[in-house]
Amino acid sequence: MLKEINAVLAGFGGQGILFMGKMMAYSGLIDNRELSWLPSYGPEMRGGTCNCSVCLSDEPVCSPLVTAPNVLVAMNRPSYDKFVNTLVPGGILIYDSSLIDVEVERKDIEVYAVPATQLADEKGYKGMANIILLGKLLKVTEFTTMDTMKKTIEKVVPARKQHLIPKNVEAVELGYNA
Amino acid sequence: MSERVLMKGNEALAEAAIRAGCHHFFGYPITPQTELAAYMAKRMPKIGGTYLQAESEVAAINMVQGAAAAGIRAMTSSSSPGIALKLEGISYMCGSDLPAVIINVQRGGPGLGGIQPSQADYNLATKAPGHGDAHILVLAPSSVQEMVDLVAKAFDLADTYRMPAMILADGMLGQMMEPVVLPEEGHAREIEKPWAACGHHGQRKHNIVNSLYLQASELNEIVKKRFERYAKIEETEALAENYMTEDAEYIVTAFGATARIAKAAVREARKEGIKAGLIRPVTLWPFPKADFVKAAETAKAFLSVEMSMGEMVNDVRLAVECKKPVYFYGETGGVIPTPAQVLEQIRKIAGGAE
Repeated sequence: MLKEINAVLAGFGGQGILFMGKMMAYSGLIDNRELSWLPSYGPEMRGGTCNCSVCLSDEPVCSPLVTAPNVLVAMNRPSYDKFVNTLVPGGILIYDSSLIDVEVERKDIEVYAVPATQLADEKGYKGMANIILLGKLLKVTEFTTMDTMKKTIEKVVPARKQHLIPKNVEAVELGYNA
Repeated sequence: MSERVLMKGNEALAEAAIRAGCHHFFGYPITPQTELAAYMAKRMPKIGGTYLQAESEVAAINMVQGAAAAGIRAMTSSSSPGIALKLEGISYMCGSDLPAVIINVQRGGPGLGGIQPSQADYNLATKAPGHGDAHILVLAPSSVQEMVDLVAKAFDLADTYRMPAMILADGMLGQMMEPVVLPEEGHAREIEKPWAACGHHGQRKHNIVNSLYLQASELNEIVKKRFERYAKIEETEALAENYMTEDAEYIVTAFGATARIAKAAVREARKEGIKAGLIRPVTLWPFPKADFVKAAETAKAFLSVEMSMGEMVNDVRLAVECKKPVYFYGETGGVIPTPAQVLEQIRKIAGGAE
């Protein structure tokens, strides 16, 4: 388990990047840890690039803006290109290999390629590639427990969409085992 | 103790204001503070308060002035260009000795500038909050929790000293989410306002709230008396966080969001054996001079880090009376300095001063 997570999550607007970050943040809240969640809030729109910084720690968070992440989740090529070299040596890269066709050149990082969008489409979780990647992130970094993750899903899924809770749990598990 | 909840800075400011007894909000939308107004729009009708989106920033601040004159806790919020428009009203409130809270979630300027975080309104807030001889209280939170805590403090100080108070935040603090513990509802301090124009019911002489004094000698006297009050505030209300300053040779100073980045750099510098420390002014007016005077006794040099071209740095120079070198490092226009960049500056100063 990573003691301190300084994560950058990045992709297209509309892929649920900020929501994925919020899930991490809420898990930290439930686990009673220190945390921060900082979105990029430029003139961004659906289809544009979008990213957020998430810090999880047992100590108060210093800089909420993550410029040297130890975890990067990339959901499109521009985000991969922009952030891959900011990862600290030994950092963890998780990317959607169905959207990013790339040979990862860095040899000093841990790389996990998950065809999340393809998995989502094939297994009936359309639009939930972000949640699948979150499952992988959970497996690799153990930023929280599966139990907390389930509680997190119950907390963040709005009341009028309660029927989506099991779907989200399944998507996390799908990524976890991918 | 209340439960920890996750909130955006802007929303936390709004909820904290409500819990501080502010039930009247007058605003005008502008990025990056819009969530604050949106939150007020949702909450105020439920508690029987007022949420009013004015026709302009100027109108909003004048509504605050009217509400404040009636003795109730009122607030407005905006971001840099909008705050510039409010300055006329703020000056009138200073001249009328009216308390209110103004939130400034700063963005890059000048002009329309950009929408990313900035701290370039430091001079505006601490030196020239409108025309005339006047000060306002300026509080600079550096976390979402502190945003909550300082809103209540701002209302209390404003009411106590009968003057406007500004929360000087920035786009980063406004947009980020952190866990906060909110104060219980219904525990706001109530400070008596016998001067308020709220109806005398034939029981007393009517109160007048006014900033117009055509007799020069009368205005001279009123302003001088107000400055006696300012002097008392400077003596008693200045506040700063000192981090690892006891044995520090190099004092980094920064406020708000930038202070967190500076703190990360100070920690890294310590790991490298550089004796660095951080002074984080919490009140920008009154400026915590005493903390700098004390640090200047032992420190070799100071470094002010800001999201501007260098504004607070001048107050640091004044505070240490140029007895020690005061360096500056800043990024502006919405660019946020990184801990690595600040560390590089600390190394440079430490290397050069050795």
